[in-house]
Amino acid sequence: MNLLDKLLFCWRSVSRTRLRSMMLLLAMAIGVCSVVMLTSLGEGARNYVMQEFAFLGKDVLVMFPGRNETTGGLPPVTGAAARNITLTETLRLQRAVPAILKVAPVIIGSTLVSHGERGREVIVLGTTGAFPDIRQMSLDQGRNLHLDPGHKDNECLVGSTLLQELLPNQPAIGQLLRVADYRCRVVGVLSGRGDAFGMDLSDSVLVSISLAQQLFNTDSLFRVLLQVNTQQPLAATKKRIEEEMARLHQNELDVTIVSPDAMLATFDQILTIMTLAVGGIGAISLLVAGVLVMNLTIINTSQRTPEIGLLKALGAAEQTVLQLILWEAALLALAGALTGLLASALLLTLASVLWPSFPMQPPLWAVVAATATAVLAALLFAWVPARRASRLSPIHALYRR
Amino acid sequence: MIELRQLCKTFVLGDQPVKALDTIDLSIGVGEYISVMGPSGSGKSTLLNMIGLLDRPDSGSYTFENAETTTMSEPQRAELRSQRMGFVFQAYHLIPRLTARENIELPMVLGRVSSAERQRRSQEVMERLGIADRSHHLPKQLSGGQRQRVALARAIICKPALLLADEPTGNLDSHSGAEVVALLEELNRDGITLLVVTHDADLGARARRQLKMLDGRIDRDLTPG
Ligand SMILES: Nc1ncnc2c1ncn2[C@@H]1O[C@H](COP(=O)(O)OP(=O)(O)OP(=O)(O)O)[C@@H](O)[C@H]1O
Ligand SMILES: [Mg+2]
Repeated sequence: MNLLDKLLFCWRSVSRTRLRSMMLLLAMAIGVCSVVMLTSLGEGARNYVMQEFAFLGKDVLVMFPGRNETTGGLPPVTGAAARNITLTETLRLQRAVPAILKVAPVIIGSTLVSHGERGREVIVLGTTGAFPDIRQMSLDQGRNLHLDPGHKDNECLVGSTLLQELLPNQPAIGQLLRVADYRCRVVGVLSGRGDAFGMDLSDSVLVSISLAQQLFNTDSLFRVLLQVNTQQPLAATKKRIEEEMARLHQNELDVTIVSPDAMLATFDQILTIMTLAVGGIGAISLLVAGVLVMNLTIINTSQRTPEIGLLKALGAAEQTVLQLILWEAALLALAGALTGLLASALLLTLASVLWPSFPMQPPLWAVVAATATAVLAALLFAWVPARRASRLSPIHALYRR
Repeated sequence: MIELRQLCKTFVLGDQPVKALDTIDLSIGVGEYISVMGPSGSGKSTLLNMIGLLDRPDSGSYTFENAETTTMSEPQRAELRSQRMGFVFQAYHLIPRLTARENIELPMVLGRVSSAERQRRSQEVMERLGIADRSHHLPKQLSGGQRQRVALARAIICKPALLLADEPTGNLDSHSGAEVVALLEELNRDGITLLVVTHDADLGARARRQLKMLDGRIDRDLTPG
């Protein structure tokens, strides 16, 4: 029996027992699809975390009040600090440390922002024009905030989502918004999402730091972003800044400075666990898919014992019979795997349209392993009963005794 | 053509050994027409399967065309089955998803006969057996008589020397049964050696040589006239 005849025989057996073939194909497809989708989900979550915490550039240090001596843990988010960091201190710091290129002081809070009848409690971020610069945020319209922290005009940048709510279908630049009890002029519109500290800035306003100080009646800064010259070693610059801050704070070092490396090191543990979790999810779904394929293939092959007997009675060699069964199993598994890959590609495309910010992508190993597992499981578990049946004396297989 | 010497086959049912073939001695010449009768469980099918190389005996010798078969490897036996023997079963044993023609061509497909040659031979055989107009039908679309004729066509497509039929008319009404018998006898007249197992006394009586089995032994070996 030549290869073409074998394939033709398999094709007839697949195409003419449509229901059975469809069930097998579906099982393989679901198995492969679920492996790809689950690992994509895991990988997506991992990438999401990466992306969320990689929002700072390599040349940006983050300074905040308070000192967490036990290194390794997460930095305190709400700094119950001994001493605040003030705007004046940041200005002195910048003057004292030439390696600092830009300083973006940040005050954060939430308050009612309104225009006419429309209004809502949103996050208000007080800063200077240095913040969008350092974060490399782009503007849809207008201009950036003033770079000078001493600038006294009340001006703001509005996130794109908030803009739609407050000022739908009208020119935004030059409009006056009400921020708590203050009036504030819109000078620009932020484009896209622009995350900061894990928050979505499209639903917030960035106001001048002087306004934020009045709004929240505070002098203390929540965070300070420092863009530094990377020509000099980051660690040395960090040390210089720490010395300078200690000097400003009566020789007590009570601020924390986090570099991107340290940040990533902190999250390294989380990311490692994420990676393991993705692998685990993949392995489990592969196993489930393998068992599914195994059961169906065993049932399918066992049911055909009489046919194996007949082929042997007609003079087919053991090898021929075995190959016929294996070819059929392999072809079905391959078709099922491809269907599954296609389905998952469609689902992933759909997901990327629905949730563009969640980067779902199957890891290559999952695609390869899922396909290989389906085909190998089908081959192996077709091989075992087929081999047993093909070794039976023809008459036993024929009458299945 | 066929020599069985002291052939034995014992099956174990539960813990009860059953002597399906009990020291059988039998010679069959080329072109013979033999019927095998006997009560149920007397070993008729076992004998037929043994002669057809579908099963192996426990002891004894079986020479087919002067070759000892009991020591042959499975591939050798398979080769002999496909080249020299044809089988017709009571339950037809057609592959349900293949059409009549594809079922008939199956032995040639297994035997690497070229596609054109297959076409020619299957057409010829189907015409001879009166099923040419059914060539594209699936077994389930055929009557019992037609199915058995397809099975018969498959059995003779490789021009075997020996045709073994186990109750070929067992599932058929008397009319289509008679047609199938007529075809078998016609093939025998053309030179094929024919061995038919049957419960039908009339059919058994048509054979030139009649074997009667009882408890795994050949009880009677008649050649009337
Ligand atoms: N594979 C088997 N396993 C166990 N016992 C078997 C097997 N094949 C046949 N037998 C037993 O061997 C004996 C002879 O069986 P066989 O099928 O040859 O009888 P038979 O004459 O063809 O009967 P029937 O007319 O009912 O077809 C029976 O007792 C049967 O139960
Ligand atoms: Mg029988």
